[in-house]
Amino acid sequence: MKVDLGEFVLKNINLDINTGEYFILLGPTGAGKTVLLEAIAGLYPLMQGKVFIDDREITRLAPEKRGISIVYQDQMLFPHLSVEKNIAFGLKASKCPRQQIKPLVDNIAELLNITHLLERRPTTLSGGEKQKVALARALVTKPAVLLLDEPLSALDPQSREVMRQELADIHRRLKITMVHVTHEFEEAVALGDRVAVLEQGEIAQVGTPQDILRRPASVFVAEFALSRNVFTANATDAGEGYAAADIGDAVVMVATHLRGPVHLTVRPEDILLSLEPLRSSARNAFEGTVTEVVERGSVVYVTVTVPPEFVCLVTSHSREELGLKEGVRVWLHFKATAVHAF
Amino acid sequence: MRMFRISTRPSVFSIVFLILALLMLVFILTPLIKTCFSSSPGTIWHTLLDEDVYMSILMTASCGLMATVLGLILGVPLAYLLARHDFRGKRLLESLIDVPIVIPHSAVGIALLFVFGKQQLFGQVFYEIGLRFVDTLAGVVIAMMFVSVPFLIDSTRDGFKAVDPRMEKVARTLGASQWRTFWRVSLPLTWRSVVSGSIMMWARAISEFGAVLILAYHVPFFGEHPAVTPVLIFERFNNFGLDAARPIAVLVIIISLLAFVALRTFTIKEEKP
Repeated sequence: MKVDLGEFVLKNINLDINTGEYFILLGPTGAGKTVLLEAIAGLYPLMQGKVFIDDREITRLAPEKRGISIVYQDQMLFPHLSVEKNIAFGLKASKCPRQQIKPLVDNIAELLNITHLLERRPTTLSGGEKQKVALARALVTKPAVLLLDEPLSALDPQSREVMRQELADIHRRLKITMVHVTHEFEEAVALGDRVAVLEQGEIAQVGTPQDILRRPASVFVAEFALSRNVFTANATDAGEGYAAADIGDAVVMVATHLRGPVHLTVRPEDILLSLEPLRSSARNAFEGTVTEVVERGSVVYVTVTVPPEFVCLVTSHSREELGLKEGVRVWLHFKATAVHAF
Repeated sequence: MRMFRISTRPSVFSIVFLILALLMLVFILTPLIKTCFSSSPGTIWHTLLDEDVYMSILMTASCGLMATVLGLILGVPLAYLLARHDFRGKRLLESLIDVPIVIPHSAVGIALLFVFGKQQLFGQVFYEIGLRFVDTLAGVVIAMMFVSVPFLIDSTRDGFKAVDPRMEKVARTLGASQWRTFWRVSLPLTWRSVVSGSIMMWARAISEFGAVLILAYHVPFFGEHPAVTPVLIFERFNNFGLDAARPIAVLVIIISLLAFVALRTFTIKEEKP
């Protein structure tokens, strides 16, 4: 699929999304992510440019004829219809024979574990349930491309975890092309085959999550990626709701119930730097060497190589006090609860 | 500031506001209630059997209905477009749509006569297909429609505005055409506003006096020549005095009240889904 469009919000967008790919559009709020999705779906008029699916141009095709479904962050379930009728909506609209509708709805409901909700009204569902119904409603029409607009952002942390797993499962089982818009770097790392970073209506970089992390193409992308320390790890049980997560060169204590292969992030501002080891309640303490110092106004990003590399955020004031510069040996401290596992 | 003081003694503010509010209520309710109880049920029943009266009420009610149906056919699409699109001068256009409510309705009658009269712009066009407006039912209908359709348009427009456009966008991506999306998503989510707008429009239409008086005074209706009920009341009052006009006024007030109860039932249900 190729999208090439230009208008006042989005400029010079040129994307090739491979069939069956899990593609992430990453960017801050207001970067034009939702508009780009709606443009792909034909819901937003293009000033110029073209949209293709499998070399078939669909730029002028009505949204209902494209075979592209969209799932919004706030689901947009039809409040006047039951869950079952919500899911059946697309089948009825596309003149699916009556006797086939029921089995197709049951099938997708089973896949998403929402069979028990079919009789309910959307207003009575929880956020996670609504999101599953919205997914079922979109998937039952067998779209060529599924567009997801911030599908995890409106959910509480637990449902978010379940839903993320669900999305990965759906992608694996249905082998459908998915385009997922988000402002969370974790989601890109956890789900994306490839990621496009959007900056003020323009694409700043396209690549695998690792590419973006290790080789950011611009300061903007770097800062976006730098805002987190992201690691892949293997978590084993350490009792009392904690896990010991092996990130290759070090073992990090994490407050999580997840076990097995996980991703970890630590916010740079949650890491405490000191010249001597501290006696504190923080369960993670590592010694490392400062390898990079980047000033951003009154704050400083300090990269400490343990290994691996941790990016830490300190004020200019503490940087001077500690005398932080390349080559200095420092201690890192952070709480097990400051580590986010997913 | 002692406005929100918690004490057993009410503040001066509360007392003053309560008195003013009560005066307003007395002013609104007394004429309605006193009129309703001024005529005995027997008199009202007797009045209803008066051919002039029931033909007038029938004619007024059915013309109001016609006006409302026409208003729905032409007004709902306008309301939808206003709710979904932004363009230069939209605010001005929306204000213009409401103008019929605020100008003197005798002036409306003159304005309509000036366009729908036999020799006039629309009058001539419709004359070709055999439709005349001066002193005809069609005249009553368009006069009623002109002064009351803003209520329908405003209510319906607000209803459509309350439906998230993304709801419609989802329907489109699921394979529904624009028509299907409108009938299966937009309208079902708006129908309460449409119905309450229609009731308001109808109630306003059957109350019309000035515009109808000028455009279509007495009109042919099933072999009779009734005037709309508000005009009939005025005629009875003018020719025979208060006692002759009052029972008809009672009837009209009761009919309007019933329409209003129906309207309230809809809006209350809307608040508690």
